[in-house]
Amino acid sequence: MNERIIEKLSILADAAKYDVSCASSGSKRDNKNKGLGDAKGMGICHAYTEDGRCVSLLKILLTNHCIFDCAYCVSRKSNDVKRAAFTVQEVVDLTINFYRRNYIEGLFLSSGIFHNPDYTMERLVRVAKKLREEHNFNGYIHLKAIPGASEELLKQAGLFADRLSVNIEMPTEKSLLLMAPDKKREDVIKPMSFLKNEIIANKEEKILFKKAPLFAPAGQSTQMVIGATPDTDWQILKLSNAFYKGMNMKRVYYSGYVPISTDNRLPAIGTPVPIIRENRLYQADWLLRFYGFSVDEIISKDDPFLDMQIDPKLGWALKNLDQFPVDINKADLEVLKRIPGVGIQSAQKIWEARKFSTLTWDHLKKFNIAANRAKYFIHCRYNNLAHNDHSPVKIRQAILAQSQSKYKVNYTPQIALF
Amino acid sequence: MHSLIYDSTFEGFLSAVFDVYELQIQEPHITTQDHFRGNIYDKIHEVQTVEKNHLRVWKGLEKKLSTEALKQFYKTFLSELPGIENTLLQYAQYAFKEAKSIEKDFSNEAVLQVFQIAKKVHREKHRMEAFVRFQETADGLFFAIVEPDFNVLPLIEAHFKNRFADMAWLIWDGKRRYGIYYDKESVTNVQMAFTDNLQGGKDIRAIYDEKEVLYQQLWQQYFKSVNIQSRKNNKLHLQHMPTRYWKYLPEKK
Repeated sequence: MNERIIEKLSILADAAKYDVSCASSGSKRDNKNKGLGDAKGMGICHAYTEDGRCVSLLKILLTNHCIFDCAYCVSRKSNDVKRAAFTVQEVVDLTINFYRRNYIEGLFLSSGIFHNPDYTMERLVRVAKKLREEHNFNGYIHLKAIPGASEELLKQAGLFADRLSVNIEMPTEKSLLLMAPDKKREDVIKPMSFLKNEIIANKEEKILFKKAPLFAPAGQSTQMVIGATPDTDWQILKLSNAFYKGMNMKRVYYSGYVPISTDNRLPAIGTPVPIIRENRLYQADWLLRFYGFSVDEIISKDDPFLDMQIDPKLGWALKNLDQFPVDINKADLEVLKRIPGVGIQSAQKIWEARKFSTLTWDHLKKFNIAANRAKYFIHCRYNNLAHNDHSPVKIRQAILAQSQSKYKVNYTPQIALF
Repeated sequence: MHSLIYDSTFEGFLSAVFDVYELQIQEPHITTQDHFRGNIYDKIHEVQTVEKNHLRVWKGLEKKLSTEALKQFYKTFLSELPGIENTLLQYAQYAFKEAKSIEKDFSNEAVLQVFQIAKKVHREKHRMEAFVRFQETADGLFFAIVEPDFNVLPLIEAHFKNRFADMAWLIWDGKRRYGIYYDKESVTNVQMAFTDNLQGGKDIRAIYDEKEVLYQQLWQQYFKSVNIQSRKNNKLHLQHMPTRYWKYLPEKK
């Protein structure tokens, strides 16, 4: 009995791990009636795997049986892997007992599609319902919204879950058609739009009636597989931007494709995971969401891939040297945020501290800025570098020569992927 | 130099700050008995922890600083770093002297230090919220042992109380030898005398609930299964989970 549950967990955790979302933050669920758990405030990573990724949730599939045959997916129908399925009660017990031991913030439940979408979705909802209603569990629940499931079931899911997600998986329609002939893009977009409207409607209702039930308070997210298809970073970021602006997405995740298939439509087994590219996309994503950049400032159709050697903010700055050096004692906060090597927190620190005294380079160095990059773009006392007449190429070379990139060894195969 | 020796509590420290003003002590140096390294030519003053005095100092700070800055001040004290009392004294003196709040003046050495140390203590608090691993005992108590770098149990109490409201739990600081215990009603500081077979709380297998071992195995299996071998990045792994925390994490044993 014990061995069987351990084996099931190993199969169904292994199959779930390519879904990279592990966020447990941004919900508003309080502990109520002295029950178990709460899901408000910032997320907590309870462990980190040896690949350095955060483990915040119990991330499992209900089953890896699937009627679909998506080439990029480890659980595809034609793949020869061990299959397993949890019962609803097993998932509930695992969640509660992991949570009580402070292993996790909650549950992220997804599933292969067995029988049909509604049949699958109904079981996911049943797990969440049981946790909330029978165990007074107030921890975080992320449910996968199964494409093609009925709106009634999605609505129920939203009442029990903190977050819902539908994965777009392929950045372009062409790629989806090629890789997942059973899936249609509109089947993915439809539930997203439905959830978006429900979430907005719930927010408005909450303003009028404080006691209105929560509906997916941590919003919805989606994921794109990166590097399985020839789609460009420009296409990817355009789509992300559309999701943030048009779908009110909380997050778009980028999952570097891990070769798991001998299918000749995909990169061969042994091809390195495009980790740098994934990282650069996340950096660009941050620029969109927190630094006030627009997609067109970061990337263009004519130059559709991000620079792998330098981060996108530095890339932008080198193309716009006329906007530098920035006088850190005068510039707006929004301008400070655009200096390479200065993050949001350092920008705020500069902005606050200069109200007391004129800041010099010595102050800045203590503010944990990346001085190696920032020094070319800042005007202040004791920093003379910015006054020199540097060309973009020279600055780039100087920065690269001084930086110990964590990715350096990987450059070549990554860029030559396509 | 004039040494002020206090009892190592936060209230004692605030009482020392009070004495610096009250007795107009020149070149003050606040320290605990343990850290006191004076020589015979120094003047020494033994601080009495007096409620009226420490409240007066705290209320004075409340008038000058935001809630956030007060928290930073307290967190910095909990860092227990040698000499930190004097950085805090400088911070307090600067705050009292100026009409408007000085908490954002990062060009001031003491302000920047308090800000940065408070951040480190906060990170340790957050780590403990992540790395506490409860083990269920046969009588239904959930027990965890930790050895945080800084004295953060006072900071994590509310988090655990709110979250695990329906179970009795105890978090034991193996380094500082005290714990916080929740009995489903309230949290209290506790001292413990462990029986020999429990090794000071480091190994409590003798009193496990029957299901405990299975759930640890399941957690270990889960931790192994979610890893993606072809993305291995040990540097990042260690950065987030430094080895000094491993000994009480079942997944890293």
